[in-house]
Amino acid sequence: MIWLLCVLIGVLTSASVWLMLSRNLVKFLFGLVLISNVANLVIIVGGGFTPLAPPLIGEAGATLANALPQALVLTAIVIGFGLVAFVLVLAVGTYRVFDTVDMDAIRFAEPVDAPRVVDPEQVEPGVRS
Amino acid sequence: MSWLLVACLMTPLLSAAASFIAPRGGSQRATVATCGTALLVALAAMLLWQVSQQGVISAQMGGWSAPFGISLVADPLAALLLLVSAAVTLAITLFAADDVDAARSDAGFHGFVQVILTGVVGALLTGDVFNLYVWFEVMLIGSFALMTLGADRVQLDGAVKYIALNLVATVLLLTAIGLLHAMAGTLNFADLHRVMIDRPQDGMSRVVATFFLVAFGIKAALFPVFAWLPAAYHTVPITVAALFAALMTKIGVYSLFRVGSLVFSVEMVEMRALLTAVAVATLVVGLAGAIAEHRLRRLLAWHVMVSVGILLLGVALGTELALAAAFLYFVHGMLAKAALFMVIGMAERHGAGEHIREVGGLQRLSPWLAAAFLFSALSLIGLPPTPGFWAKLAFVKAGLDAGSVLLVVAVLLAGLLSFLPLMRLWNEMFWKAAPEPALASQTLAALASAPGATPPGRPMQAVTLPAGMVMGLAGLTLVSVLIGLAPASLYALAADASASVIDPSTYVQAVLGEAGDSAAMPMDGPSDAAPDAMSDAPRAATPDAIREATSDASDTPETSQ
Repeated sequence: MIWLLCVLIGVLTSASVWLMLSRNLVKFLFGLVLISNVANLVIIVGGGFTPLAPPLIGEAGATLANALPQALVLTAIVIGFGLVAFVLVLAVGTYRVFDTVDMDAIRFAEPVDAPRVVDPEQVEPGVRS
Repeated sequence: MSWLLVACLMTPLLSAAASFIAPRGGSQRATVATCGTALLVALAAMLLWQVSQQGVISAQMGGWSAPFGISLVADPLAALLLLVSAAVTLAITLFAADDVDAARSDAGFHGFVQVILTGVVGALLTGDVFNLYVWFEVMLIGSFALMTLGADRVQLDGAVKYIALNLVATVLLLTAIGLLHAMAGTLNFADLHRVMIDRPQDGMSRVVATFFLVAFGIKAALFPVFAWLPAAYHTVPITVAALFAALMTKIGVYSLFRVGSLVFSVEMVEMRALLTAVAVATLVVGLAGAIAEHRLRRLLAWHVMVSVGILLLGVALGTELALAAAFLYFVHGMLAKAALFMVIGMAERHGAGEHIREVGGLQRLSPWLAAAFLFSALSLIGLPPTPGFWAKLAFVKAGLDAGSVLLVVAVLLAGLLSFLPLMRLWNEMFWKAAPEPALASQTLAALASAPGATPPGRPMQAVTLPAGMVMGLAGLTLVSVLIGLAPASLYALAADASASVIDPSTYVQAVLGEAGDSAAMPMDGPSDAAPDAMSDAPRAATPDAIREATSDASDTPETSQ
């Protein structure tokens, strides 16, 4: 069971990194949602995955589940949910204001001062050699 | 006196709530926030006094004794930074009361500042690494709200980048905490220190330490994960910029240091070369950005990275004197950065534009503003008699004592090169003649940049600034001047803090000390609840028992397969 979850963590991480490398803000956010769930899975797996064991301190020697990772993940899910809700609204607002979700096209905070690449068509023929 | 810890945490939380429900339209919301912050300053001063008298103070929430429940801990470092953060925020709330427009104020601006302050206090006082994550989230959600409140296009653009990159840091931090818990079986800082110091070092601990380094590195805007800072800090209202520049990145460095010194003390030594390289790179990038920049706010935003780099240099060297110097620099950096952003905000009231060409003649229009700017700028450069000079002096002495030429050269060069951007600001803003309105608007049109805080082409003119703004800036500058003239008492506090983090045994003792020890009691007076509750549990008498129990449990699936 543990190894299955480990493979799942690997697959989800690669998928979310691929999504987050996108210039598209919406794809980036989907990647972020996915990778925050990966973090939750890491906590669960790292804390010890114990099916069918109660999270209580009972008889000596009995198998018991570590309840702490569950509590941590519960907290993380709640916080993550709030952040995701906020960020999705932000994405909608961004689309409404800028009419695009391409992050490279949104340069209002850091405007490009001068054209970096000289267009060869605009250089005079004599100069071009 | 451990009720003080809870009081410090509850004060900004309650004043945030009170500020949200206070009536709109008037100045009530700002007044509530200012009163709350003033109360926090008083409580923080009491806490610092207590800590300097009796050493580390801790409180166990809900009476659950140390490694099981959540601890709040105030060591000399946390108490010192708490007082400075609260004092700087008080100046900023005074400034904000008159600076923030009615729409933002009605949307809850002052409440969100208090939310950020709650996160800062929590992050400083917590004794539990998961709890640290939660307080970071509190800080984050407050800062998201402030970033996007009343957003225009520029601000929204900056906010998207800030929020996206900070959320990546959050995910990394959460993963790091999950792995740390898997490795050590505990989340309490003091307990982690005990466990990790005995644990043989292996690849796992280095991986987890690196996760923490990257996560806090993004929060602190270290090289090479700093890109969000110059994209975002200049877009927000000037009050928010002052607050972020003073608190947010500094808390990132503090957390990096707290986790590094208590949990990864071995790995920290191993990573010293890496940390030094990162610090120097951060310095260089920040300086290069500031020197190349022609917009007032962005220039200061780049310079925030210089402070972070110098702080990290001290942390990387790690000797007692270097840490004392770093803590001194911490205090001075918070005061000076907030003050400089306030000066820019006031210059904009006088008609200054976004670009360096749309400003000038301020020395004649407002000599006191010029004096305040000059003092804080010289402090960042490090000339006597400013607090920055004493911090740099301590850095140089620490570097010479430890034989680290790199630290001495880096700190001195950073001061020298800071001269260029900051004195250019001084020349352009204060000494240069005021620009012609026509020229100013022409420049703005030529740049085709988004509109700044003031309409283009407005002439520079003397205006009477609101009292709150003046009080905020004057207060900060006055504190800076006092520290500059009499640095000995602050240095004593910084040295005290440094001694306490070099040897964390008192910290561990105060948190994990035997039940019945007055330092470990949740409240003043007799409290039998905690020991009794624990002795009812059949096993779990010690943290090790729990750890064994849980590690047995986590081994079970592997063996059963």
